[in-house]
Amino acid sequence: MSSDTACALIEPRGYKSGVKPVWCPGCGDYSVLGSLTKALSGLRLQPENVAIISGIGCSSRMPTYLSTYGFHGVHGRALALATGLKVARPDITVIATGGDGDGFSIGGNHFLHTCRRNTDMTYIVMDNQVYGMTKGQASPTTEPNWEKGKLTPSGTGINPFQPLVIALASGANFIARCSSSDTNGTARAIMEAIRHPGFSMVQVLSPCVTFRPEQREWKKLTRPAPVDATSDAARAARRLLTDEDGLFTGILYVGDRPPYQPQIEPSIDNIAELDKEFRL
Amino acid sequence: MNDPVSSPKHSIGSTEELLAYSLAIEKEAVERFTDLADQMEIHFNYDVADLFRKLAVIEGLHIENVSKASEGKELPELLAWEFEWAGGESPEGGAMEDAHYLMHPWHAIELARQGEKRAVAFFRHVAETSSDEKVVAMALELVVEEEEHVELLEKWQKRFPKPEEGWDDDLDPPMIQE
Repeated sequence: MSSDTACALIEPRGYKSGVKPVWCPGCGDYSVLGSLTKALSGLRLQPENVAIISGIGCSSRMPTYLSTYGFHGVHGRALALATGLKVARPDITVIATGGDGDGFSIGGNHFLHTCRRNTDMTYIVMDNQVYGMTKGQASPTTEPNWEKGKLTPSGTGINPFQPLVIALASGANFIARCSSSDTNGTARAIMEAIRHPGFSMVQVLSPCVTFRPEQREWKKLTRPAPVDATSDAARAARRLLTDEDGLFTGILYVGDRPPYQPQIEPSIDNIAELDKEFRL
Repeated sequence: MNDPVSSPKHSIGSTEELLAYSLAIEKEAVERFTDLADQMEIHFNYDVADLFRKLAVIEGLHIENVSKASEGKELPELLAWEFEWAGGESPEGGAMEDAHYLMHPWHAIELARQGEKRAVAFFRHVAETSSDEKVVAMALELVVEEEEHVELLEKWQKRFPKPEEGWDDDLDPPMIQE
């Protein structure tokens, strides 16, 4: 997170913009929005010192619903934008938000290299194992035998992408999995993720009640991991490999790699000089 | 709908602590009903939106009552996840997955009623487990209050017929796979 001083307590609702979300009622993303505002309130961050960056998808609407700075960018590029912002403005708390399609398919390459680079920011992925906004196609995290997608009526037949395993292998410095049905647990994990230096990855299992209504069952199936967080990457990897259904929640890994933060000197003294470059 | 059982993980040690929990319950309820009202409004379910809005106003009055009872007392400042709710969520707050864009007023009241029932169970558990007489007395008062809320909601709910099975079938769904 940034080094700015804490502000007076702002209630979680104070971090909401007043724009009403257009998600389907029952969608887990509402709860994630609530958890994120609770975390920001808990950290007493000033809204103007926080930037929420996203790509495209249902969950990528998040910046619109918050009173912080925000950038609703292009598909799969949230992490590239967020990295640029953090490098240019290390004083700001940068949080990227998005879904499994945006983050692990078109944005997959950025995901790998953001983990590797370990810039000090937090990535919240609302994983519903489907492309919801485009009406229910299989995403990188969809199970191989999911047969409800019209483009994959016999299932994808492809092993799903394992975001936490990839994050760990690629160098992310903090890894957690949460369930949107546990709003307070998710809020706590997000707060810890923001606090921890380096790249923090929080996967939130967030049901798509329209195209994956069976995911409402996640509320009953997700459960706290039986072990505490570890700073040993090898042990974290073993835990992930034995997590058969991917429904254990909690903070999994807390690393100690130093974040990437180059010291950049401004190359232009005044804004008029910069403006010249863009004149037609 | 959610399981109506809810209780703190530890025994409440002071009236200040109990008031902090009580305030958190009411604040989470306002937050939840306001969000649900917004959701219904966006999805053109205006009757249910109005109902959730009214419920948020009523819960707001409860905040005022608890705040008045807290005057002159120093309540512990706890973050959302520092409250030790069994199950992780406050009795009247929590996740949003029970909502549906076609839900009827009956469902909205049922959702509120279940929350109030969890609150009754919560305060009853406090009364049964606390060793502080003042906490026990206050918790029992709160049990009575919450039971009144349950009764009021049950009366209110009778004005609306229970929707028949298939109430959530949409012959013209807003999104169809292509």
